[in-house]
Amino acid sequence: MKCDVIIVGAGPGGSMAAKTAAEAGLDVVLLEKRQEIGDPVRCAEGVSKRTLCQMVKPEPEWIASEVKGARIYAPDGRSIVMSEDKSGSEVGYVLERKVFDRGLAMQAARAGAKVMVKTRALGLLKKDGKLCGINAMRIGEPLRIEAPIVIGADGVESKVGRWAGIDTTLKLKDIESCAQFLVYDPGIDDEYTEFYLGNDVAPSGYAWSFPKGGKMANVGLGIQGSRSKPGEATRRLHELMKTRFPNGKVVEMVVGGDPCSGMIESTTADGVMLVGDAARQTDPLTGGGILNAMEAGTIAGEVAVKAIASCNVSRAGLKEYEDRWRDSIGRHLARSLEFKDFFVKLTDKDLNLLIGSLAKEDISKMDLPGMLRVLFRLNPKLLWDLRHLAV
Amino acid sequence: MLTVNRYKCCYCGACVGVCPTCALELVETWLEVSTDCKECGLCTKICPVGALEVKA
Repeated sequence: MKCDVIIVGAGPGGSMAAKTAAEAGLDVVLLEKRQEIGDPVRCAEGVSKRTLCQMVKPEPEWIASEVKGARIYAPDGRSIVMSEDKSGSEVGYVLERKVFDRGLAMQAARAGAKVMVKTRALGLLKKDGKLCGINAMRIGEPLRIEAPIVIGADGVESKVGRWAGIDTTLKLKDIESCAQFLVYDPGIDDEYTEFYLGNDVAPSGYAWSFPKGGKMANVGLGIQGSRSKPGEATRRLHELMKTRFPNGKVVEMVVGGDPCSGMIESTTADGVMLVGDAARQTDPLTGGGILNAMEAGTIAGEVAVKAIASCNVSRAGLKEYEDRWRDSIGRHLARSLEFKDFFVKLTDKDLNLLIGSLAKEDISKMDLPGMLRVLFRLNPKLLWDLRHLAV
Repeated sequence: MLTVNRYKCCYCGACVGVCPTCALELVETWLEVSTDCKECGLCTKICPVGALEVKA
């Protein structure tokens, strides 16, 4: 079997790459190793409404709920509220990933991509040292697919990069170990996402509640891998349930590893581009990765089209992908990484001080930079290391 | 050797992402361990459900 581009992984990043390349007329094969796209979910499902709508027109069934804002709890229980239009990044819509992922794959299929499920990439094909496709297994049978370009959108457990000589291995400090329950509890606030901070709740991470409508919410937490031990995320989630949602009913369980390394050195090799979690493009502070993956996927699709047209699929020929995503997503990741590196060192006392200092201010109309400026004014000593970001 | 408790594993793939020798592969609901495993135990630490264990 021959095509122009093989995309490994039919998550939001892979499907956007497939759709973009197929719309431009390329012959695209989109592989998904699972038999169902979008399942099992490994995600808290929150995205910025504005950014999502800039990239796609969301179908109503993709959206589980729309929230008004975010409430952030300090370890001592005090909280601050940010409105959705100001807090921007990870609140707005809470998606139904199983439907959303399949919807995006469907768009790629409609654009002309060939979607193959239960088809797993086994390795890269090479001819005279040059990449020429992949070996795969489709429903237990070997399958050889030839193509000059392979886009690895194969998630946290990505292999495409490693096969191509890109070291994507995550150190324990660069991955969050996460567990989440879909919870029904009459006490759930359907209109606000909630974030719970504190080293007792989630060491070097945070816990969350993302409402999905009808008094249901994704309640979960992530802890830094270097502070994790076997089963720690699930154990702590049970603790959180006891304190926050003692009467909550768990109707689904989700676990996963969230890359939070920030930018890796390279996301391209000859004939290869990495996208989304596979490229470690997840926001290191929030752990949000859907929209970055979609944006990177779109760029990768566009660059694939140009590379095929100019008959240059070498790493140099794919440099535009590297440049463009670093210029947009990359800037944001670098900033988030600095915040994260600072945030993970904070004690509960520091967190209480920071949140407490905002409790006296009216931040409801502030955007993030505005809130940061206030934080710096009130806590100059504690935030000294971040002073260059407060402009 | 590294053992996988398949009754606990939620097949999330976090272990695959941290494996320094690329010895793990997630095949749908099935985690495969290859002979490249050096029993370093990193994967056991990251596992959100505690499904992995290095046994003597």
